[in-house]
Amino acid sequence: MLIEPNEIIETVRMVKMDHLDIRTITMGISLRDCADPDMAAFNGKVYDKITSRAKDLVRIARELQDLYGIPIVNQRVSVTPIAIAAEACRGDDYVSIAKTLDAAAKAVGVNLIGGYGALVHKGATPGDTRLIESIPEALAVTDRVCSSVNVATTRAGINMDAVALMGRIVKATALRTADRDGLGCSKLVVFANAPEDNPFMAGAFHGVGEGDCVINVGVSGPGVVNAAIRELRDPDFTQISETIKKTAFKITRMGELVGREAARRLGVGFGILDLSLAPTPEIGDSVAAILEAMGLERCGTHGTTAALALLNDAVKKGGAMASSSVGGLSGAFIPVSEDAGMIAAVEAGALSLEKLEAMTCVCSVGLDMIAVPGDTSASTISAIIADEMAIGVINKKTTAVRIIPAPGKKVGDTVEIGGLFGRAPVMAVGAYSSEAFIRRGGRIPAPIQSLTN
Amino acid sequence: MRGCMDKETQAPSNRFIVTVIGQDRVGIVARISAVMMEYGMNIVDISQTIMQDLFTMIMLAQATSRDFKLASFQAAMDQAARELGVEAKVMHEDAFRYMHRI
Repeated sequence: MLIEPNEIIETVRMVKMDHLDIRTITMGISLRDCADPDMAAFNGKVYDKITSRAKDLVRIARELQDLYGIPIVNQRVSVTPIAIAAEACRGDDYVSIAKTLDAAAKAVGVNLIGGYGALVHKGATPGDTRLIESIPEALAVTDRVCSSVNVATTRAGINMDAVALMGRIVKATALRTADRDGLGCSKLVVFANAPEDNPFMAGAFHGVGEGDCVINVGVSGPGVVNAAIRELRDPDFTQISETIKKTAFKITRMGELVGREAARRLGVGFGILDLSLAPTPEIGDSVAAILEAMGLERCGTHGTTAALALLNDAVKKGGAMASSSVGGLSGAFIPVSEDAGMIAAVEAGALSLEKLEAMTCVCSVGLDMIAVPGDTSASTISAIIADEMAIGVINKKTTAVRIIPAPGKKVGDTVEIGGLFGRAPVMAVGAYSSEAFIRRGGRIPAPIQSLTN
Repeated sequence: MRGCMDKETQAPSNRFIVTVIGQDRVGIVARISAVMMEYGMNIVDISQTIMQDLFTMIMLAQATSRDFKLASFQAAMDQAARELGVEAKVMHEDAFRYMHRI
């Protein structure tokens, strides 16, 4: 046998015990050719294009799941930011487009569809503004639609008018879905330096530099990395880094195999592979557990940022070695509500919003799936977004904010979002106002790229 | 190492790795082999060992039937494994090649 028995057992163990999975196969579909001045005609074209391109996506994912014996948890679709695709439409019934996306997602059987968003890092067109204003209603009346808005890039700076607007939109989305603890906000991401080929929701959209249709794969495995580190006997950091790298390499190879075969069977191009340690509520399948395996009593204590920096970097190195098609976000995610270890750390008082913000400087994404008190003002949410955007813009990386100002909830309460999104303990925000700062508007200029100290 | 893709169709080969792990008991090999035979799976290679007190059987098996149905075979293996109180897993050989070989 060409493969050693211990290697076979290792792979089987990764899948059966350590929750290794292909988290998502996401089909990116361009809607640029659907543009039409008539809103109803546009909706028809959008529905037809998505349902024809993605009609076999779920079936083929199931076939590959059987073939390779590895769970493929989600199938999703990402589309051209709707603000761009729908710019030519007369009328402002953008919610009808969200309903179309929802219906198309249900017709092809994908559990989420991303791209109900806009790119406004430098400025907003009337279409961008109309779309953003429609987000609270769109997320309230649909089940599967996800929205993302890019408000900052390293090359353009931070559009503070958009940041101010998004604080109000997040707040309005929470209120509009108050009967479900502000569920709408779990499907709304505010980005800096948003990647155009990210397969992970809620932030996935099909970028304008992409082709007509593409398969992007997101592979995950915090449980595998956690188990590998815990097997080491009193390792030093070089050994930990080496182990993470090797593990990331193996996980990435598996993702590449599935991604290429999925693309081949679907007859579309293979885009990228995104190796991101995306936790699930399963015990041990946790990024916090990995950090704690390195010797921290609780995630969030001093040393957490350093541990996360090591983890994120080693994951990227292993992934980049394993595949030439690595893209998307690729790193470690720290969504609080989806990670049992993060939830426990917040509940134990070890992990605060401030520490999470510091952690986002060294990992992919940002403040993700954070619940804050329902009476948090729109300007405070905007200010939280502004801080996070600044981290992304200055450090030339993607950052994002997905925050839930849960209506009627206060610190100590828990928001039960349910399903894929888990549950989030409500975290404290700063007591002082950022109102005048956010009201100022304008743009924070793009940062200098030299004199880096 | 031999290529694992069919050169003409570029489709994956029809070889699978079957692993059976659990408490050792009488009849595991017999029962599992019976399912393999029923579905026309030729056992190309087999290794059997006790790892950490657990019976571990690894087989490289090739589907010989033209209308081989992977999902039905997996369901039959699951059923047999449940009856034996062991865990069985059927995965295409490429999954292991990709993960462990460059």
